[in-house]
Amino acid sequence: MSETTMVQAVSLALARAMTEDERVIVLGEDVGVDGGVFRATDGLFTRFGADRVRDTPLSEMGIGGISIGLAAGGFKPVAEIQFSGFIFPLIDQINNHASRFRNRTRGRLQCPMVVRAPCGGGIHAPEHHSESPEAMFANIPGLRVIVPSSPRRAYGLLLAAIRGSDPVVFLEPTKLYRGAREEMLDDGKDLPVDRCFVLREGRDVTLVAWGAMVPEALKTAAEWEAKGVSAEVIDVATLKPLDAETIINSVKKTGRCVIVHEAPLTGGFGGEIAARVAEGAFSSLLAPIERVTGYDTIMPLLKLENVYLPNAARIGKAVDRAMAYA
Amino acid sequence: MPHKPQNKEIIVNSPNIAATFEIDFTRYLDPAGKLLKELPAEAKDPATLKSLYRGLVRARAFDTKAVALQRTGRLGTYGSSIGQEAVAVGAASAMLADDVLVPSFREHGGQLWRGATPVELFLYWGGDERGNSFAKAPHDFPNCVPVGSHALHAAGVALAIKLRKEPRAVVCIFGDGATSKGDVYEAMNLAGVWKLPVVFLVSNNQWAISVPRSAQSAAQTLAQKAIAVGIPGEQVDGNDVIAVRTVVGVALQRVRKDQGPCVIEAITYRLGDHTTSDDASRYRKDTEVTPHWQEEPIKRLQQYLTTAGSWTKADEDKLLKEINEEIEAAAAAFLATAPQEPSVMFDYTYAQLPADLAAQKQAVLSSLSANLSQAAE
Repeated sequence: MSETTMVQAVSLALARAMTEDERVIVLGEDVGVDGGVFRATDGLFTRFGADRVRDTPLSEMGIGGISIGLAAGGFKPVAEIQFSGFIFPLIDQINNHASRFRNRTRGRLQCPMVVRAPCGGGIHAPEHHSESPEAMFANIPGLRVIVPSSPRRAYGLLLAAIRGSDPVVFLEPTKLYRGAREEMLDDGKDLPVDRCFVLREGRDVTLVAWGAMVPEALKTAAEWEAKGVSAEVIDVATLKPLDAETIINSVKKTGRCVIVHEAPLTGGFGGEIAARVAEGAFSSLLAPIERVTGYDTIMPLLKLENVYLPNAARIGKAVDRAMAYA
Repeated sequence: MPHKPQNKEIIVNSPNIAATFEIDFTRYLDPAGKLLKELPAEAKDPATLKSLYRGLVRARAFDTKAVALQRTGRLGTYGSSIGQEAVAVGAASAMLADDVLVPSFREHGGQLWRGATPVELFLYWGGDERGNSFAKAPHDFPNCVPVGSHALHAAGVALAIKLRKEPRAVVCIFGDGATSKGDVYEAMNLAGVWKLPVVFLVSNNQWAISVPRSAQSAAQTLAQKAIAVGIPGEQVDGNDVIAVRTVVGVALQRVRKDQGPCVIEAITYRLGDHTTSDDASRYRKDTEVTPHWQEEPIKRLQQYLTTAGSWTKADEDKLLKEINEEIEAAAAAFLATAPQEPSVMFDYTYAQLPADLAAQKQAVLSSLSANLSQAAE
């Protein structure tokens, strides 16, 4: 079996969803003939036609708002936002409308829609292309916020997101689009969108990460194994709603917790996880909860992006600090 | 009332012409209710005009009662549509049941026409989400408070209709202030490119809270914003319900034949405050408002009907009695409606209650039952 990249996995999930449900409509900038700037919609236009794979005008707020109307009108739009920094105009539509339609009409109208957008740094992209906005969306009630960390999880989580009835923001780490590859089947199996995934079991410390930080955490875990530290690695995957139980149970076992994300420290989703761990596993904690995150700076342009981005070495130092508490 | 713009003449006189446009203005009844030109065939039947009159009076009765309920602490902040009832009523009267109304928040007359009940509208403005259930207008969207953001929903649901090749149409109503917003432009532009079955109806009541129309846009008309996105734009006298119904009706016929969207700017006037929380005397003088009372839509149609011999004092008394009884009964039913269970706030957040929220819901339920047992002691 040949390996599938994460961007190919996204394409496979989109094609699968469009095949099994004719209500699924893909829309966005350059998603048609061009197949998307990252090629996530490659081949869909030829296969499903211009009605269902729609190039929109350059209109991010429009993509968000029209998806809401489409969803309330009986379709299942999967919108692509071209680059991470272009997602912000949608916050109005997602916060004020998509996440509220079911509630404010007491179930009469719903918004089963998925907004896919690239996220994160590490590919030397231009300005405004390397953002990590997940915490902003995770603060919105009624929304699901998902960040996959591997081709298989991207495939399964995206399928579940599209099949579900809730509005979803699905953030795809650009670094993993081609940086992550594995053997996988296009078997139509989805994954739960309310669970964290324990990727590696360990005894001494719990590493909690999502997106492109998951491979870094796994790298640290492998390297620190040689130093005699047994690290458990959790891929949060779905930030909202959060499966705090899996994280808390892990920390109850290990007694130490290191949370990793690319987004800035202050107000980052790591703070929420730290609070949940403090509430749920306080008496098990052997060391202060550590956070390894982007800095509270503007995401640097490409020359400095690797200084900003957490990596296995920085995670390792946090593990050492936590392990210093015996 | 604005006059037909002179753009065409100005541009035609130019030696190099890239494009020309003109904006039509339609009116059948002048402010005194005098017929200016022959009524369109659809409006010739007195029964039609009487039903329109009833729709206007019903809207005003609802507004009046809603303001009274707010002033006595039994309704939340409320935005009356007094003076501009003909825009929503005229549009709704041109629509079919399967069409979709995507309103702003001052279209009570249109919502009532289409089957939303006064009880539902009182519930909504009284702070109860069940008021958006619209059991008899199940396709219609709820009110939209973030100004103009719903224009995109109208385009989206129009796309859904077009993809299913249904002979239905969408009417989206927003105010003059909304036309300054980017989302409204994006909606019009998308609708133009995709030739969507949607009519954008601008209820230009001349005021966006305290900002007058003149400070909202340098454009000569708001209808001409359509021209920039390549779709037709025109004006109508928004206080002439016959004109609104006719112009929207013609637009809907085009839309149903897949001939594309349009923008209609209805010229009206907000006779009241922006909402019950507003005091318009802070920014506009009574001397500005007073003349507009001579142009309002209800008196205008009443005068026409009376002059035409289609309406008598007895008809008026009977209608007012009937409508007042309906609105009073609705208000009583609203006031008698048992409140929602507090924990219902959790139940429609997701399709299925996530574990995280289930725990929060349980906390609310426990604290409520603790309060109850405390009260019992």
